[in-house]
Amino acid sequence: MAKVELRDIRKTYNAEEIIKGVSLDIENEEFVVFVGPSGCGKSTLLRMIAGLEEISGGDLMIDGARVNDLEPAKRGLAMVFQSYALYPHMNVYRNMEFGLKLAGMPEAERRQKITDVARTLQLDAYLKHKPGQLSGGQRQRVAIGRAIVRNPKVFLFDEPLSNLDAALRGQMRVELATLHRRLKATTIYVTHDQVEAMTMADKIVVLQKGVVEQVGSPLELYHHPRNLFVARFIGSPPMNFLPVTTRSIDPEGVTVARDRGESLLVPVLPGETASAEALTLGVRPEHIVIDPEGDVHGTIRMVERLGALTLLHVTLADDTLLIVQTDGDHGGEIDRPIRLRLQADNCHLFDARGIALTKLTRHRLAR
Amino acid sequence: MEAALTPPDRVTRKKGAGIFLSPAVIILLIWSLIPLVLTLWYSFQNYNLVDPTLKGFAGVSNYVYLLTDPDFLYSLLNTVLLVLGVLVVSVGGGVLLAVLYDQEFWGRGIARVLVISPFFVMPTVSALLWKNLMLHPIYGVYSAFMRAVGLQPIDWLAQYPMQTVMMIVAWEWLPFAVLILLTAVQSLDHEQKEAARMDGAGPIARFRYIILPHLSRAITVVVMIETIYLLTVFAEISVTTSGGPGVASTNLAFLIFSRALQQFDIGGASAGGVVAIVIANIIAAFLVRAVARNLEA
Ligand SMILES: Nc1ncnc2c1ncn2[C@@H]1O[C@H](COP(=O)(O)OP(=O)(O)OP(=O)(O)O)[C@@H](O)[C@H]1O
Ligand SMILES: [Mg+2]
Repeated sequence: MAKVELRDIRKTYNAEEIIKGVSLDIENEEFVVFVGPSGCGKSTLLRMIAGLEEISGGDLMIDGARVNDLEPAKRGLAMVFQSYALYPHMNVYRNMEFGLKLAGMPEAERRQKITDVARTLQLDAYLKHKPGQLSGGQRQRVAIGRAIVRNPKVFLFDEPLSNLDAALRGQMRVELATLHRRLKATTIYVTHDQVEAMTMADKIVVLQKGVVEQVGSPLELYHHPRNLFVARFIGSPPMNFLPVTTRSIDPEGVTVARDRGESLLVPVLPGETASAEALTLGVRPEHIVIDPEGDVHGTIRMVERLGALTLLHVTLADDTLLIVQTDGDHGGEIDRPIRLRLQADNCHLFDARGIALTKLTRHRLAR
Repeated sequence: MEAALTPPDRVTRKKGAGIFLSPAVIILLIWSLIPLVLTLWYSFQNYNLVDPTLKGFAGVSNYVYLLTDPDFLYSLLNTVLLVLGVLVVSVGGGVLLAVLYDQEFWGRGIARVLVISPFFVMPTVSALLWKNLMLHPIYGVYSAFMRAVGLQPIDWLAQYPMQTVMMIVAWEWLPFAVLILLTAVQSLDHEQKEAARMDGAGPIARFRYIILPHLSRAITVVVMIETIYLLTVFAEISVTTSGGPGVASTNLAFLIFSRALQQFDIGGASAGGVVAIVIANIIAAFLVRAVARNLEA
């Protein structure tokens, strides 16, 4: 069980800075997820924590001790790779045994541990199989088992589920969450998948180009994104953005309007916002309501029916595209006019630099 | 039109193919069968080019003479030594060099070309290079080195003929082993090596438990191909020692050559050839089975 601290961690490849000073506290037993677009440095950061990549600058502390120069195996971590990286010539048992053997654990103890872990992962029947004889999901379990037997202080996962099909991914996601609840080991998890990040994380770290954009609980990021990037990145389908200008600034919030008039009072602190300033209004598809009295007029351009939900792609008079989420029974038809209302309480305002204006009230689920 | 679109009937295609294939098949048959049959035939004949009066059926006397000849046993031993020695040096050195050249270091590209290049030198040429340029007791580079530090150079080819031939042949085959094994090393998944590092494996444990097992197939392939060629090493021996001194560096291939074209005993040489074919086939059978098992796994 361990606390991991990153202090201004940097990584430079061939004079190009890939990780530009990341500071982060990962508490004991916490499940932390790194998300960000491809190439933002998630894997690099994880590999630096693992010790597979040298740290160019800053300090990495595990349980208060600086481990920058410690060998990977000595840091007390275990990693699950995207390609599983099982040893193809060893059977499942030997795969799990390898690390223990190198650590000099006695035979009887090794056997005990591996049988235990194999039972929890439902691998007992496959101990004699080579990785080549297993399905993707079973290989994934072996890779996880190989990590668990070593009883690490911290688990590292680099997109472990991305090679599995959707159904299996869902199942493994639940299994991993259950496993984490049982083992209570600090976990750092890299993923591309929104759902994985939102459902498993205690804390999400959003990275962009080697910089941390925001750290927070899933719902904090969802309800209180700190800037445009996070707002766009978290949530699917993504948030809609509209250019607006401020009309008035009151204690109840900032009133903004689009060119054509409809004005909206968004409950945020004005900060340094001046009157008649250009801002960006952000509203999620699920926070737009279809309302015959609504003051936003548009035309339906496309209808995506997902069964439980329907997504309407609506263009406004000035050709701005809005994605609207409504229930699965909505009978929207292409090229029909539609009137919408934005839920002002759930709207976000971003200033010219893309920084969000602080909301007047915190969402009750976003700590 | 219709007929052209339907696939040709199986039987007719076979018949047609047979006719067109027959020249190739017949030539191949002639090519391989006639020498084999003739060799078998000669091996049971009294047939010596310097004594035309000696002729007729010899029974198994050619074989008896060959198999009881101490030179034959000696050359058989030399053949085995040569194959094993070169295999050990080239595969052992090949694995080490392959792992070395897999690392990043300055000038790696040039170093790779250099280590591969001996493979492109003809056997006769490389044997001559070693004999005259490197090891010659008077003009050789090696001898000059030895004298430069005040030591008496060894006349390798005279004193250790078999070992020296082995060294030359190993020098020729090492690049081949490096080439095959290097590609194999490079095909090893990076994440596997990293997983081993996370598991606490140092460089030696990684080599022993991850890299070596990964190389096992490539090693079998190298062993098989090299064995086939090493059984018939001839040019190097002919150029450097002519099998001597005495028969100290005579292998089976050279023994057959000397029987046929130095002693002009076609019958005896043919018997040697038949024995060589039998030995080669036994070894091939074992090798193919071993390789098949290894490639399956
Ligand atoms: N060995 C290397 N040498 C040079 N540049 C590298 C190296 N490894 C990674 N990079 C660069 O570092 C950046 C971050 O790579 P990284 O693999 O961490 O991205 P990522 O966030 O994991 O992306 P993905 O989601 O696609 O896996 C990339 O721009 C990549 O080109
Ligand atoms: Mg990655």
